[in-house]
Parts: sequence; C-alpha cells; structure tokens
Amino acid sequence: MHELSITQGLVYAVLDRTGERPVTAVNLRIGPLSGVLADAVRFCFDVATAGTPLAGARLQIDEPQGRGRCRSCQDEFTLSDLILLCPCGSADVEVLSGRELMLMSVEVA
Amino acid sequence: MCTTCGCGDEAGTRISNLAGELQTSRQGHLHSHTDEHGRTYTHEHSHGHAKSHEDTDVNGHADGHHHAAQGTETIVLEQNLLAKNDLLAATNRGWLAGRGVRAFNIMSSPGAGKTTLLVRTLTELGGRLDAGVIEGDQETSLDADRIRATGRPVIQINTGAGCHLDADMLRHGLDALSPESGSTVFIENVGNLVCPALFDLGETAKVVIVSVTEGDDKPQKYPHMFMAADLVIVNKSDLLPYVDFDVDECLRRIRQINPRAEFLTLSAATGEGLAAWYGWLDGATSQAAAPTSGTARSVPLTGALTKAH
Repeated sequence: MHELSITQGLVYAVLDRTGERPVTAVNLRIGPLSGVLADAVRFCFDVATAGTPLAGARLQIDEPQGRGRCRSCQDEFTLSDLILLCPCGSADVEVLSGRELMLMSVEVA
Repeated sequence: MCTTCGCGDEAGTRISNLAGELQTSRQGHLHSHTDEHGRTYTHEHSHGHAKSHEDTDVNGHADGHHHAAQGTETIVLEQNLLAKNDLLAATNRGWLAGRGVRAFNIMSSPGAGKTTLLVRTLTELGGRLDAGVIEGDQETSLDADRIRATGRPVIQINTGAGCHLDADMLRHGLDALSPESGSTVFIENVGNLVCPALFDLGETAKVVIVSVTEGDDKPQKYPHMFMAADLVIVNKSDLLPYVDFDVDECLRRIRQINPRAEFLTLSAATGEGLAAWYGWLDGATSQAAAPTSGTARSVPLTGALTKAH
C-alpha cells in the first residue's frame, strides 16, 4: 500500500507551501501507468489529512489516458497498462503519457 | 514514509547498527505544526530544512500562484509526488559514485531466494568481493542474522508497516554501514513485487529475482517491477523438472515489458548458474565506475514525469 506513504508525502508537500492556511482543494494528476491507484489515494486522503489544515479539502484527481507510440510503425495508440504492445505486434513502444504522478495545485482560503 | 520531505512517518522504521543493536529510528529533528485549534501534528525532518511554515512561505507571484475567484487562492505546484524521494535518491547516487561504491537493489516476492543468493555469494566470493548488506524487512532481523553469520557487515532496516525501502532509509542505512571506498553494497529490499518498484534509491542497478515456483507470468502481473529491472534472475532452477515454469516464456514476457534487462537462470541452493551471476557482478564493476553509466542504468520509473512538463 505505497499509496498511503505517497499520500502522506502529498500532505507534507502541500504544508511546505501553504503552512497554516486552510487548504480547500488539492488537485492531482495520476496516470494509469504510474503504479499508483487514484482510488487508493482517495481512500488514504481522509486519514492522511486528519488534524492538518488539509482536513476536509476537496480532492480532485485528473486521470489522463495512457498513450504510446510504436517505434516500428510510428502508430500512436491508447495504453491501458504497462504491457507495451503495439497492435502491429512490436513491443518497442515509447510511453507518451500515462505515467504522471503530479501534485498540480492547491486552493487555499 | 514522507516521500516529499523524506521524513519518517508513523510506519515505525527502525535501523540497526553493525552489531545488530537497534538504534533509534532515523536521526533527525521533530518538526511540528500547530493549527488554529491548537492541535499539533509532528513529523521528523532529517535534512535541516526547518523553515518556518508561515503564510510568507508562499512568496509572491514569481512562484507561480494566482488568485482564484470566491476568496480562495490557487497555488500552482506541478511537482512530482515522488520528487523528494527522487531528490534524495540522486543524493545517494552522488554519494555512492563519489566513493566508488556499487549498490545493488535486490527485489523479489517473499521467499524467492534473495537472502540465500546473498549468503552464497558472500561466502563463495570470499575476499574477492568487499561487500556489505543493507537488509530491509518489515519485522525481525532473521535475514540480517543469516548474512552476519558470513562475517560480512550488515545493517537491518525494519520498515514496520512500510512495504518498501525508500531513498531516505537507504541514506541512513549507508550512514550506519559506512561502506569502504570501492566496495559493494547489496540492498535486500522488502519482499514485495509492487511498492519497491516505485521508489528509486539511487542504486547502481536494480536486480529482480523471480523463482520457478512462482509462475512464468510474474512479469506481466507485476510490470512496474520488471520494467524497472536492470537484471532479472530466475532462481531455483534446480526445481524446474518438478514445476510448470517455462523459462523461455518468462523471458518472452520480460522482453514485452523491458527490452533492455539482462537475464540469468540459476539456483542459489545448488550453485547451478552462479558463475554467470558472479560474472555479472564483475562486469557491473566497470559500469559503476562511470557515474553517468550508473545513473543511466537506474532511471527511476517516474523520471520522465517532470520532463513532460
């Protein structure tokens, strides 16, 4: 359950920037190939933020699609997981997006 | 752990010294916040950035924040959630390179044979390999005791509820182990094919072990781990006649996920195939000697994220 330690890291990253100010919203971007489950982060968020200025903040997670480009046929296609296989059969695939694991912004009162 | 500032969290990490005696968890200073209701929450900073958490921390528009409607302010951060761990990992990488120390992060499921392989390696290579071990486990020092019996220095890191080692834990492990210049450090990560894949430690190379009793479909079931690997070892080859494990199929599945990983089949129990492992360790010497090469071999999974922005 690495999402718990990542969510705790998220709390400290926010506090480093916002200090004591009440945080009303946290915006994340978590791609499907990042190795982190957005739902697990949501599950951990209430626990990790309890007793901090982030308590009760709205958690918004942008989940972009995974995209890859085949280095053999140059085709671009959707990646739902890390089995990087182009429809043409090549496994030489460049991941264009989907690995994002970003704290994008926070809203403070 | 706190991946952002590298602090210890409530998971209860404990680090032993060379004699196997428990030391206090992570040397650092406690860092407290008190909110407007007088509630205090504390975390430990180990890197001396005890800046004040005042509103003035948010210092102006040059920092990239702007005012939103309805009395709230949006602060744009756009930082990798693993940024702090990756920064600490980079520090570890520099620390190791500066001393010419090679560090191999050994990962696998529980029971795949990490400790057996290390015990055999340390015993058979004897004086040929100047090596120490950093042992990660949730609880107990059983594996560290097995390593210590070989006469090699070993540091135990108990992660408590934690399911992986992180860069800050390795930093403290290296401090406690204090490896000689030019030596080798084996890091036995917590037995787990999921979480350790995400945490770059700053190691020279990542070694993933899969044993033939586990099934040749492990690479596709745990793609992050196999994608991160520099070397994949198929262990317990002596059991191949008794189990339904196709080595070629396993390699094919690894190749689908990671075209660059090296691949070895061996038995740490019988010694079959170990010469190739020792050869890899010898070869890795020259790779670690060039710091840029060492860095390139172990690009963290999340390394491409910041470039995307």
